[in-house]
Amino acid sequence: MSQAPNAKTMTTGESGLTLVFAAAAFLCMIGAAKALDAAFAFHASLSAAASLAAVFAIMNRYYDRPAALPPQEINGRPNYNMGPIKFAAVASVFWGIAGFTVGLIIACQLAWPALNFDLPWTSFGRLRPLHTSAVIFAFGGNVLIATSFYVVQKTCRARLAGDLAPWFVVLGYNFFIVIAGTGYLLGVTQSKEYAEPEWYADHWLTIVWVVYLLVFLMTLVKRKQPHIFVANWFYLAFIVTIAVLHLGNNPALPVSVFGSKSYIAWGGVQDAMFQWWYGHNAVGFFLTAGFLAIMYYFIPKRAERPIYSYRLSIIHFWALIFLYIWAGPHHLHYTALPDWAQTLGMTFSIMLWMPSWGGMINGLMTLSGAWDKLRTDPVLRMLVVSVAFYGMSTFEGPLMSIKVVNSLSHYTDWTIGHVHSGALGWVGFVSFGALYCLVPWLWDRKGLYSLKLVNWHFWIATIGIVLYISAMWVSGILQGLMWRAYNSLGFLEYSFIESVEAMHPFYIIRAGGGALFLIGALIMTYNLWMTVRSGEAEVPSSAALQPAE
Amino acid sequence: MSFWKRHQIFEKNSIVLIAGILVVIAVGGLVEITPLFYLKSTIEVVDGVRPYTPLELTGRNIYVREGCYLCHSQMIRPLRDEVERYGHFSLAAESMYDHPFQWGSKRTGPDLARVGAKYSDEWHVTHLVNPRAIVPQSVMPGYPFLAETEVDVAGMAGHLRTSRLVGVPYSDDQIANAVADLKAQADPDNPGVDAFTKRYPKAVARNFDGKAGIPTEMDALVAYLQMLGTLVDFKLYNEKANLR
Repeated sequence: MSQAPNAKTMTTGESGLTLVFAAAAFLCMIGAAKALDAAFAFHASLSAAASLAAVFAIMNRYYDRPAALPPQEINGRPNYNMGPIKFAAVASVFWGIAGFTVGLIIACQLAWPALNFDLPWTSFGRLRPLHTSAVIFAFGGNVLIATSFYVVQKTCRARLAGDLAPWFVVLGYNFFIVIAGTGYLLGVTQSKEYAEPEWYADHWLTIVWVVYLLVFLMTLVKRKQPHIFVANWFYLAFIVTIAVLHLGNNPALPVSVFGSKSYIAWGGVQDAMFQWWYGHNAVGFFLTAGFLAIMYYFIPKRAERPIYSYRLSIIHFWALIFLYIWAGPHHLHYTALPDWAQTLGMTFSIMLWMPSWGGMINGLMTLSGAWDKLRTDPVLRMLVVSVAFYGMSTFEGPLMSIKVVNSLSHYTDWTIGHVHSGALGWVGFVSFGALYCLVPWLWDRKGLYSLKLVNWHFWIATIGIVLYISAMWVSGILQGLMWRAYNSLGFLEYSFIESVEAMHPFYIIRAGGGALFLIGALIMTYNLWMTVRSGEAEVPSSAALQPAE
Repeated sequence: MSFWKRHQIFEKNSIVLIAGILVVIAVGGLVEITPLFYLKSTIEVVDGVRPYTPLELTGRNIYVREGCYLCHSQMIRPLRDEVERYGHFSLAAESMYDHPFQWGSKRTGPDLARVGAKYSDEWHVTHLVNPRAIVPQSVMPGYPFLAETEVDVAGMAGHLRTSRLVGVPYSDDQIANAVADLKAQADPDNPGVDAFTKRYPKAVARNFDGKAGIPTEMDALVAYLQMLGTLVDFKLYNEKANLR
């Protein structure tokens, strides 16, 4: 403090957070000392170290910074806060590569089971949640945080709300990922798909998510534009609904506050319904609404065309968020869930086709008058093909939610194929497209290091996706048909293991498709890295999108 | 004023927008979930369903820990081929004490809802250690470490107590004797076996992994697998009683 020449004081946020993290470090150390299981001790120690690092980082920043905090505006132009966004962008690439790699490993394990190595932390059952969480929440989540913080600032023409809060969101979220991921390897899971992290990780995520909501909302509140831009409606719906889903699906009672194991409050049928209300809307709001927000900002921006229809976007928005919530029970067709709930789930899933395609049309038609750019701009091509994949999987989804179709497709690889046409084609490609746009903007580069490499990425990944999903369609339908096949005497034709054996060639093709997708992402990483390292600098432009209407 | 003009109230006020979102997303969940808690027809009344014994619950937690649900469902649908392949379709009552449920969503391996008593303990132990020793085409990982890991006995009562707090009807007697019951079920020569079977009617006490001493995780997992789907006696089950 002797260094401070003028009246530099800690902000309430700085002093408050320092105290909170110091207390957290102390509590976590107690937790580590009294831990009942090794995983909890490890996580408590990790949390203690992270809390101490946070105290150090806040103090360090305080001593380094000038007396005044960064201004809201410089020369009448918003002073955008890009630091946390850069971190999230880099993190998304890192987690993407990690998540795709684990996906490739587990795909290979299904083809060659010896790769499980018969060790606890390398077996399929523990790696699979690592894969799904790494790609959905770590890769996708960081893309969403990065783009939402970017888009909300640009379209509101206002600096991100909060001083430490945006950093808290980004770092806190990634710390949650670390806790969740290492937990899976150590066998810490509550076994609710896409909500596997145990009670303490859930509590931490709740805190981070509420701060995320507040940062986003307060930036909206102080916007300089009269209208809230349409992408922000989708981001807001994503953030709010994920909070509601997370709280609804995860209430659990730990056996001990010093142990990792908990028992979920819901049981049996109710737990199943809560789980798929959550699970399907993790798809609906995390993987759809959030990424539609990306579509609504990045496609118009990249194509330099306005959004096709403002009215369609209003209908698209409200219809999508209203209908999606109902669709969960289609994961529970023919189960012990009451029939009325299954029927509701199916009905709303079919209706959901309409707003989904409304959104797709809105995205695709934004290219009216700019279709020629698809030939010259591989980034735009990636974004547009992602919307095409979105259209394809949102047609396939309602189809599979029809009970008769579901009786064949459920429990088979068809589901896996469906998920990946959405995840690789839609979420993956729209994220890659957004990253290709975002990285040059964030680091003030004139453009990407190489558009040719984007082209390579696009084609290699597309071939990978086609191999992946067609292999899974064939294996899934084959599986479903083999399970229900009868011979002429009226006996079941195949034993279960014969269906497993029949999957082998498709599992190899699928792993090949996944490998291609991973190679594409590695090309992207190299391209983005070179863009940041050696790209041509650019004078920051002031172009901002007009709000809706 | 046109509809599109009216809509501007959402576009110009973030708090109104967030309130609108909350109302719109609340409807579906409320309509689909809340009735499941009070409609009596949701869970049929069936004889035989009981809470898991301490050893079975431990085994179930291992099943959860290793992510078995990612490849094995526990939900037989009322379709002809499934009923013939796996047995009577699953009843809601059979998973009413499951926190969390383990219905699963994928069958890379077969359904396990009624795997109990289908194979011998020895079959399960051999199969879990090395699935390909029994089924050469299997793609299941091996779990040899289960046989070498002893169950954490001491904390058992806490697990039952927590389960009771979330709605599983464990009695005080069952909680107080959790550790004794855990040991007794894995050792048929244990003097506590009689008291154990009184607390958990029809539960079987066996040396599941074939090894003496403190129960291993293999004991627990096999005990769990061997009771799956066996609680309801379908010879006595009256389907008409639950018609609705």
